[in-house]
Amino acid sequence: MSLVFAGVCSHAPGITGRKDRADPVVRDAFYAAYDRMRLALEAARPDVLVVVGAEHFANFFMNNMPAICVGMGEHYEGPIEDEAWLGIKHTRFPGAPALSMQLIQDVMQDIDLAYAQEWKFDHGIMVPLHFLTPRADLPIIPVNINCQGPPLIPLARCYEFGRALKRACDARPERIAVIGTGGISHWPATPDSGRINERDRASFLEKFLANRREDLIAYKDEETWREAGQGGLEIRTFIALAGAAEGHTGELWFYAPIPIFAVGCTVAVMNLQAGQKAA
Amino acid sequence: MSLYNVQKLMFQLNRDPAVRRRFDEEFESLLADYDLTEEEQIALRDPDIGLLYVMGVNGQILMHYAALRGFEWNAYMEAMREGERKYGPVRTGLYTRAAGR
Repeated sequence: MSLVFAGVCSHAPGITGRKDRADPVVRDAFYAAYDRMRLALEAARPDVLVVVGAEHFANFFMNNMPAICVGMGEHYEGPIEDEAWLGIKHTRFPGAPALSMQLIQDVMQDIDLAYAQEWKFDHGIMVPLHFLTPRADLPIIPVNINCQGPPLIPLARCYEFGRALKRACDARPERIAVIGTGGISHWPATPDSGRINERDRASFLEKFLANRREDLIAYKDEETWREAGQGGLEIRTFIALAGAAEGHTGELWFYAPIPIFAVGCTVAVMNLQAGQKAA
Repeated sequence: MSLYNVQKLMFQLNRDPAVRRRFDEEFESLLADYDLTEEEQIALRDPDIGLLYVMGVNGQILMHYAALRGFEWNAYMEAMREGERKYGPVRTGLYTRAAGR
């Protein structure tokens, strides 16, 4: 089999932790988009869900920071944050260690990886799973791309990781779903929290949905940092996902800035089955 | 290097229940285990969230320390703004740009 589902979504902690402070009309439309994504994910009947995230110092710190790390645990748990603060109860998720090992081994033909048999999820993975696998019954393989503590892996390598992941998935009989989760332009955890550079955000999403590799990997971190905020460095997760779905375009199911969530809230799904090829 | 130690303390506090227990029960002894400047110790002890922000603590670590010390979201935002007013722009790290907006 191969990838049976690929999409991206936001993961900001305010999405669940500050839900009561958002405009309920916009918030509920966003939640409905997550639910649409959940239904599409379930309809794809995946055996496992690979979550390419950008964690925030839950497991990895500057004492030993991997550029990319893939989980190989029997199970995972989270959130690492206070349950009340995040608005998500502590949950245990099944892993898929044998498949993880095989995927890691295969991806390492092209990209050096770290792996971890122990992993505590923070909001970067908990928020998407809260909406997409609410029963916590789908085996998870977490992937972290360091987007928080520079130096960061180059964007072209993120795309290449996605390609390698796709190749590894193609070699497996399991039905594998993959999501990328991160922010585009945003300044989370700063006094500018809630600010978004809409022009940058729209331009990036257009390139992402068209899956134009050259345009995506042409971004410069210094420019992203200056124009789109330190949170904009998380485009690495979107770019990896685009690499995994190379040759396919995407469809935007939801976008709206929700300032109290500190992010432009996004749900998009790649047209893997529709045969819509990127230029 | 010292900022690294401030962030390391917060990182370990965030993920290790044993460090959290020491934080609750023997705060000074916990601080002593990290190589911190006097200013950093004061900022952690007070806590002065605005000063920690200006020092350059990564916001993704600081926001949890602020929550742990009882700062709800709006108070946390205001503490960072107050830090900028009182101590100037963020001194170093990924968050320097935010102060120069």
